[in-house]
Amino acid sequence: MDRRESLKALALGTLSVGTIISATGCEDKKGESGSKDKAGDMPGYGRTADEVKRDKALMGEPFFTAAEMKTITVLADMIIPKDEHSGSASDAKVPEFIGFIVKDIPDHQLPMRGGLKWLDTQCLKRYNAAFVDCSEQQRKEMLDLIAYPETALPENSQGVAFFNRMRDLTATGFFTSKMGIKDLGYVGNTPNEWDGVPADVLQQYGYSYDEKTLATCLKIEDRGKLMTWD
Amino acid sequence: MAFEIKKQGKAYDVCIVGSGAGGGMAAKILSEAGLKVALLEAGPKYDPADPEQATQLKWSYDSPRRGASSTRPFGDFDAAYGGWQIDGEPYTKKNGTQFDWFRSRMLGGRTNHWGRISLRFGPRDFKHKSYDGLGDDWPISYEEVAPFYDRVDKMIGVFGTKENLPNEPDGFFLPPPKPRMHELMIKKAGDKLNIPVIPSRLSILTRSVNKDRSPCFYCSQCNRGCTVYGDFSSSSVLVKPAMKSGHVDLYDNAMVREVLTDDTGKATGVAYIDKTDLQEYSVNARVVVLAASACESARLLLNSKSAKHPNGLANSSGVVGKYLHDSTGSSRGGFLPMLMDRKRYNEDGVGGMHVYIPWWLDNKKLDFARGYHIELGGGMHMPTYGYGFGIHTLNGRIPGKDGKTKPAGGYGASLKDDYRRFYGAYIGFAGRGECIAREDNYCEIDPNVVDKFGIPVLRFNYTWSEHEIKQAKHMQDTFEELIHAMGGIPLGTKAGPETNYGLENPGRIIHEVGTTRMGDDPKTSVLNKYNQAHEVKNLFVVDGGAFVSQADKNPTWTILALSMRASEYIIDQLKKQNI
Repeated sequence: MDRRESLKALALGTLSVGTIISATGCEDKKGESGSKDKAGDMPGYGRTADEVKRDKALMGEPFFTAAEMKTITVLADMIIPKDEHSGSASDAKVPEFIGFIVKDIPDHQLPMRGGLKWLDTQCLKRYNAAFVDCSEQQRKEMLDLIAYPETALPENSQGVAFFNRMRDLTATGFFTSKMGIKDLGYVGNTPNEWDGVPADVLQQYGYSYDEKTLATCLKIEDRGKLMTWD
Repeated sequence: MAFEIKKQGKAYDVCIVGSGAGGGMAAKILSEAGLKVALLEAGPKYDPADPEQATQLKWSYDSPRRGASSTRPFGDFDAAYGGWQIDGEPYTKKNGTQFDWFRSRMLGGRTNHWGRISLRFGPRDFKHKSYDGLGDDWPISYEEVAPFYDRVDKMIGVFGTKENLPNEPDGFFLPPPKPRMHELMIKKAGDKLNIPVIPSRLSILTRSVNKDRSPCFYCSQCNRGCTVYGDFSSSSVLVKPAMKSGHVDLYDNAMVREVLTDDTGKATGVAYIDKTDLQEYSVNARVVVLAASACESARLLLNSKSAKHPNGLANSSGVVGKYLHDSTGSSRGGFLPMLMDRKRYNEDGVGGMHVYIPWWLDNKKLDFARGYHIELGGGMHMPTYGYGFGIHTLNGRIPGKDGKTKPAGGYGASLKDDYRRFYGAYIGFAGRGECIAREDNYCEIDPNVVDKFGIPVLRFNYTWSEHEIKQAKHMQDTFEELIHAMGGIPLGTKAGPETNYGLENPGRIIHEVGTTRMGDDPKTSVLNKYNQAHEVKNLFVVDGGAFVSQADKNPTWTILALSMRASEYIIDQLKKQNI
């Protein structure tokens, strides 16, 4: 049963939430929710006609050059590498996300372009090569100069500002991707029955629901019953 | 095509401008009484269950910007169209002051966005001048509005608990959801500091109130619009059933320009521009009800000039547009180290907080006159654009699993693990307070600027007084106390006098009211106590414009109650042939 069908069933009251959860599972089988938008190529996410137009326009011309994209990809994978839990930033298509978001939020454009150039200039001075052409060891040395804001030397402050932005965009791109959301362990965005914090978690932090709370809050078995006051 | 005014053939009993809380309620009550209603809405039709419009249960990655707010001001999945700026529909500001005006041109208006916080005004809120000498009293009391609040509760559904607090009246509540983990922690801190933390009062169905709407299924996304109508929005809960009566004709994309009047000064209908063909039309009705939002309704009256009404309609007093006031807002975030590495479970809950902090102090012992309530955030949300930002300001202050503190910032596997460890350990506090209504905070018609429909636009003049600034300072102090009492770390720097203690621009809280206020004296008010214009008996305003004062409460529940009350007064007056 797909989401839309299960929601309809839920609305009609013919199905309990528990059944829906077990029927659909937490995982969306198709990986994408929503149908294809008639007007655009992107999956539908409730866009108005003007919004479809805006998305299409943004999807058009790339902002970054191929060389810039290559640097972004190397940097992103150094920030979020593959580990035992999940893949790397580029596995989650973070560079593509960054390529889009700088067009969507143009305030990122100049600091990103200038920062990439700053990085290459520094690498040329130090290693006589652009960042991507440096050895792995050299790249790490370079990042160590700009990745630690509180200890970085004042002459590298522009690099620190750039790297803070690059770190933020990489992390946000990764942890809002399907892979990143799974890694974080977010398990919501699905029909559910909230009946309070799980008992073991309450216990872990030394909490319990007091009597007043238990007496006044929803008894989850009443969820489907029409409310009356008289 | 020649430019001409095209009349709509049909004659109506009532024409309502705007389909938000006030207009939706009027449409429902008036149509149920058998009156023929024209409902005009400046935006498109909207139904959150329409797959073409739905955003509920979409994932962050369904949006190429991961839900960022660059297209819609509250993010890609927020149900509200429009925002602070609308193409071709400007507004201006005066004397270097600030006002941000949020408009949502769509069926249901801004009820598609709001936080569903549904608080009644209390006895003191209607008579605050009698208590502290500031502002003005309403011409009505809590006791007069209470029966309508009761009916709104039962018709729409709001959860909460009976608390017997003096100025936070109880209602007919649905059972609230149990608090989340961080909410229990806030409650404990509140107990320590003598700050009450009680179940919130949101118009979300923990149990249903009728067969057309399903109970909440806990996705926490009310602001996206609910496909099973488990929460309140005017379009789903009021307009939709009103349309079923067959007595309501909806005119969507109808931008109303002017209220039309006859030689005697009576309203005869409205003139509007159909956004789809940019032609001018009119609708005729025996009664005109404005519910276009406080500022938009004021704009309409000021733009409805005639020989009989040179100052604008219903404005001999000059009060239309004045006494504009929005809630105050100031906020602070915190981090709870004890919640790091927390166990994962579905913590979505309802769309919003399960507990909140009502105003708890006596202003007579403080250096500012009016109170505020505190809204709370936190928990394990779906990450969207902005998730993980600024970790370099935090991860150098938190010991790692090995007990050692790393240098802030960094990159690589250890940084990647920090994001996981910190997930769900953030909290946020936002104060929402009462601003005192003043004559010198106002909107008026800009003499030089029109919008793309040729309609003169609004110009705002708005300043905060010391009362609001000191209130914001108190909020900031309280947020820090709460965060410290929880064992948390306040994030960023504490807002100080240079930013008015983080006080947001007026308009930002989207609770603006007061521009067509009610009162017993036609010289100092626009409407009488039934939301009826003193000067035009068949003209009513049922949005927030009618408010004499904002309370430290969100205005929607009071708009709904007063619109219901005004609508029944209209029915009664029509029967008696008084209008």
